[in-house]
Amino acid sequence: MSLLDIKNLSVSFGDFKAVDGVNLNIDAGEVAAVVGESGSGKSVAMLAVMGLLPWTAKVTADTMQFDGADLLGLSPGARRRIVGKDMAMIFQEPMTSLNPCFTVGFQIKEALKTHLGLSAKERQTRAVELLDQVGIPEPEQRLKAFPHQLSGGMNQRVMIAMAISCNPRVLVADEPTTALDVTIQAQILDLLLNLQKQKGMAMVLITHDMGVVAETAETVNVQYAGEQVETGAVDDIFSTPRHPYTAALLDALPERRQGRRLNAIPGVVPGPYDQLLGCQFQPRCRYAQDRCQHERPTFVGGVRCFYPRESAS
Amino acid sequence: MSDAILKAENLSRHYDVKRGMFKGMSTVQALGNASFTLHPGRTLGVVGESGCGKSTLARLVTMIEPPTSGRMSIDGKDVSETRHQADLRSVVQIVFQDPYGSLNPRQRVGDILQEPLKINTDMTAAQREADAVSMMERVGLRAEHIGRYPHMFSGGQRQRIAIARALMLRPRIVVLDEPVSALDVSIQAQVLNLLADLQDEFGLAYMFISHDLSVVRHVADEVMVMYLGRVVESGPREAIFAHPRHPYTQALLSATPSVDRNERQNRIKLSGELPSPIDPPSGCPFHPRCFAAEDTCSQVFPDREDAGQGQTVSCHRWRALCDT
Repeated sequence: MSLLDIKNLSVSFGDFKAVDGVNLNIDAGEVAAVVGESGSGKSVAMLAVMGLLPWTAKVTADTMQFDGADLLGLSPGARRRIVGKDMAMIFQEPMTSLNPCFTVGFQIKEALKTHLGLSAKERQTRAVELLDQVGIPEPEQRLKAFPHQLSGGMNQRVMIAMAISCNPRVLVADEPTTALDVTIQAQILDLLLNLQKQKGMAMVLITHDMGVVAETAETVNVQYAGEQVETGAVDDIFSTPRHPYTAALLDALPERRQGRRLNAIPGVVPGPYDQLLGCQFQPRCRYAQDRCQHERPTFVGGVRCFYPRESAS
Repeated sequence: MSDAILKAENLSRHYDVKRGMFKGMSTVQALGNASFTLHPGRTLGVVGESGCGKSTLARLVTMIEPPTSGRMSIDGKDVSETRHQADLRSVVQIVFQDPYGSLNPRQRVGDILQEPLKINTDMTAAQREADAVSMMERVGLRAEHIGRYPHMFSGGQRQRIAIARALMLRPRIVVLDEPVSALDVSIQAQVLNLLADLQDEFGLAYMFISHDLSVVRHVADEVMVMYLGRVVESGPREAIFAHPRHPYTQALLSATPSVDRNERQNRIKLSGELPSPIDPPSGCPFHPRCFAAEDTCSQVFPDREDAGQGQTVSCHRWRALCDT
């Protein structure tokens, strides 16, 4: 059995289904990416796993297990003991996800106190050690700094230090580098992968950047309009995508193009109130047929499509 | 190549900033000695990380701010002379990064598009409206949406509105300040295609500012790489991407994640972060992060040197790097 096992996860806000039928399986030491455009429900799905959604969200799943424990059946208190300790999350905007009113030291030590019950002295030692691990120079001084006194890259390192403070077994990184510059992005991705290898963590990387997926993950989940449309090994999906959306998305990348025009996908992602009866991608799909309009494809063999493209094997 | 429409020589811009109550004023050199030309129908890509002076450059080119020193001329007319400014301002237009912040939420699309005409031309209301409608259709928006407000459009559509607004006065130069970085990949491709079509149709000169190298590689004819307010390398796209000479350009190229894994080479890792422009490092501003730095780099500012094939580079060590 895998460390984190999610089957048929759905999240709805009232009538609007933000996430519909997402599966995720990840074991210790693995890196899985969740990729999709804005509105594809990739963040909401992981927030649901972490239990961080507001009460208005209705979360259902066939299975949602962490290390054999059913996350949906746990009492809120028992779940809080797991979240932040065994499962930790890094958020997209380091500048807004840190509390501006407290020093970064205070914020790192908070988790150590709550989850591990360390004494003040132990907390200080551990916090210094953590900042050192994430490559922040002069950790003792930096602990006294407020978030606004640090750069975006430094703040993201602080977020990572907070996330790994209790040695989590699953680390969810939600667009950890989107707000950062390219050279800093490379540093942060290296750092995350090194920590992941060192500690043998399972890492779920949420991103919209196909380049980042290709360079970091082993498996990838492609999501579109709340649905999981394709899953598989990164190399296979990037060389021979089977779902028309994955294929079109890869084709729209400027780096895959030599001529002057890009192969854009026509149309826009469906919004919350215009979800379709049939396949969600059908109006934008080149290969759509009548059946796609009326019937919703199920997720079979790693792809949600009636007419998947040929795979190489 | 056709004649340059915009020529800039040694453009610099300094800002005076207060450092605190008891400290004196100090100067931030946001842009130092940038020289470049823009040609009709061609695109100059400007690449760099945050704080490298890209946006200052955009403000100078669009004449929102005057340069501290240096010369800029459009069609041979010096922009610092006040008598030219009114005419020249409508020649240069800008599209901003964030389509959510750059459109007035209380104005209808029609009013947004007609405002430049109202101020700068003496067209009648009917003519203005007809112009706005045809421009909307040109950028791929439905003409019947002319009475809608910006919040009723998606991000990609809003960026189309911003592009339409920039084109209303038929400019010849358009500054695109990160026009697609707020958009999703599938929408980004649509907008880039639109920009390419408009460039062909109107013979526009683009200055395309971006931090995304794969996008710049796709759109630009010439590329200018900036670091901490300085142009560190410039030249034709093919040359810059095939053999980058400046260590910073090399690092930037290797740090950009690529979809095709076989392209992945050994990453050049840059340590450290961008220094503060208030207190830039001595000598070459890049030397504290540079993997090839030696003693001279921390003392002497490198001059711009010709590296052949139209490529120029500001580095003491580029010849040595070529050989290895």
